[in-house]
Amino acid sequence: MFDNLSGRFIDQFVTGDGLDLMMKGLVITIEISAIALIIGIAIGMLMALLKIAKGKTKAGKIFCTIGNVIAKIYISFFRGTPVVVQLLLAYFGIFGPLGVNPLYVGFCVLGCNSGAYVAEIIRGGIQSIDKGQYEAGRSLGLPYRATMFRIIIPQAIKNILPALGNELIALIKETSVVGFISVFDMTRAARSIISTHYDALVPYLVLAGAYLLIVLVATFLVGRLERGLSKSDRG
Amino acid sequence: MIEVKNLCKDFGKTKVLKNINYTINKGEKIVVVGPSGSGKSTFLRCLNLLEEPTSGEVWFEGIKINDEKCKIDKHRQKMGMVFQQFNLFPNMTVLQNITYAPIKLKLKTKEEAKESAMVLLQRIGLEDKAEAYPNNLSGGQKQRIAIVRALIMNPDVMLFDEPTSALDPEMVGEVLDVMIELAEQGMTMVVVTHEMGFARSVGTKVLFMDEGKILEQAPPNEFFDFPKHERAKAFLSKVLK
Repeated sequence: MFDNLSGRFIDQFVTGDGLDLMMKGLVITIEISAIALIIGIAIGMLMALLKIAKGKTKAGKIFCTIGNVIAKIYISFFRGTPVVVQLLLAYFGIFGPLGVNPLYVGFCVLGCNSGAYVAEIIRGGIQSIDKGQYEAGRSLGLPYRATMFRIIIPQAIKNILPALGNELIALIKETSVVGFISVFDMTRAARSIISTHYDALVPYLVLAGAYLLIVLVATFLVGRLERGLSKSDRG
Repeated sequence: MIEVKNLCKDFGKTKVLKNINYTINKGEKIVVVGPSGSGKSTFLRCLNLLEEPTSGEVWFEGIKINDEKCKIDKHRQKMGMVFQQFNLFPNMTVLQNITYAPIKLKLKTKEEAKESAMVLLQRIGLEDKAEAYPNNLSGGQKQRIAIVRALIMNPDVMLFDEPTSALDPEMVGEVLDVMIELAEQGMTMVVVTHEMGFARSVGTKVLFMDEGKILEQAPPNEFFDFPKHERAKAFLSKVLK
C-alpha cells in the first residue's frame, strides 16, 4: 500500500495530468471560498442588523418585528439543515432544471449557509460593544446608520475577527461538497485522478495537503489583518 | 431654552422620575445633586432623549422634541453631552473623534473641522495628542477631549453626566477647570455631579433630587447654607464633612 509513493506521485502528477487537474480544482475552490465569504458577510451583516433592530415608532416596531422573524427563520433553516442537503435541494430541486450554472449555485448556497453563522458572530460582536459608544454617537446628532457603520461595527469587527477567521476556515473546507452538484473543485479533481490511476492514497494525501496549505495561508492573512486593526490599541 | 413638563420615566415597574416640571433658561448653570438612584442621571438623559420619557413633554428651543414627528438628530446637535465613562471612539484618533460628526453632518468641511478642532485642543493644551488614540490617554485627557468633541458642534447647551466620577482624584481638577472656563464664557450647562465645590462656585441654581422628584431648587449659597428639606439636610451632612 505504501510502497513507491514517490513513483506513484510522479506518475500521477508530473508525467500525468494530475497537477493540471488539481490546479484547476484549486482555482475553483478558492473562488468559491472567496465569493461565498463575501456573500456570507453581506448576508450575515444584514441578518444581524435585522435581528437586533428595535423600532421606536409604531410603524417602526412592526417593521422591526417582521425583520426579527425573518432573520430567525433564515438562521434556523441554514444552521439546522446540512449544507449538502441545501446544495442538492437548490441545484437538483430548483436551479438545475432552470439551467443555472452549478458553480453559481455553489457560490450562493455556501454563501447563504455561511451567512447564518456570520450573522450570529456579528450580532454577538455588536452587542459586545459598550452602549455608551452608541449613546455618544447619537448624542452628537449622528443618525443611527452612521453610528452603527462608522462607530459600532468597526469596533465589533475588530473583536470578532478571530471568530470570522474560524468561519472562513470552516467555509474553505466545506466547499469540498460542491462536487455533489458536479462542480469541478479540488476534491472532485482528486477523485478524477483516482479514477484514472486506480490509486486513492496519493491523490487524497495531496488533496489533504492542498487544503491544509490554503487554510494556513488564510490563517496567516487573518492574523495580519488582526494586527493591522489593533493599531488603535497600541497607538 | 429647555422646558420639561410632567416628565415621568419608568424602567419596568420602577418609577424613576415622578412628574418633573422644570425650565432651564439660557445662560443658567444648573447643578443636579442627590443620592445615587435618585433619578438625576435619568433626568439629564431625558433632556436629549437618550432615555425616552414614559410620559410628559420635553421642549427644546420652542419645539417638543419627544414627538414622533420630531427629527431628534437635528436637535441633539445643539445639545452637547459629556458622559461619566468619556465614551470616546477607540477606533478613531483624537482628531477623528472630534471632527467626525461635524464633517459627517456637513456642518463643516474637512479643513474647517480640523482647524476648529486644533483650536479647541490648543485651548485644553492637548494639541500634541491630535493623532493619538484614546486608549493611550489618561482619564482626565479623555474627558477633556470628550468635552471638546461636544463643543465643536457649537451646542446651545451642554449636558454633563457625572463627568468627574470615573476619574482618578488628581485628574478631577483639570476637567473641572475646562468646565469652569466654559461656564465663564456663558454656556448654558446642566451638570449632574458629586463635586459640591463646583456646584457652589459655578452653579446658578442647585436642584436636589431624591426618589425621582426635585425636592429643592435654590441658588447654591442658599442650598448649601440653609437647606430646607429634611432629605437635603441629611444628604448634605453626609457629603460635606
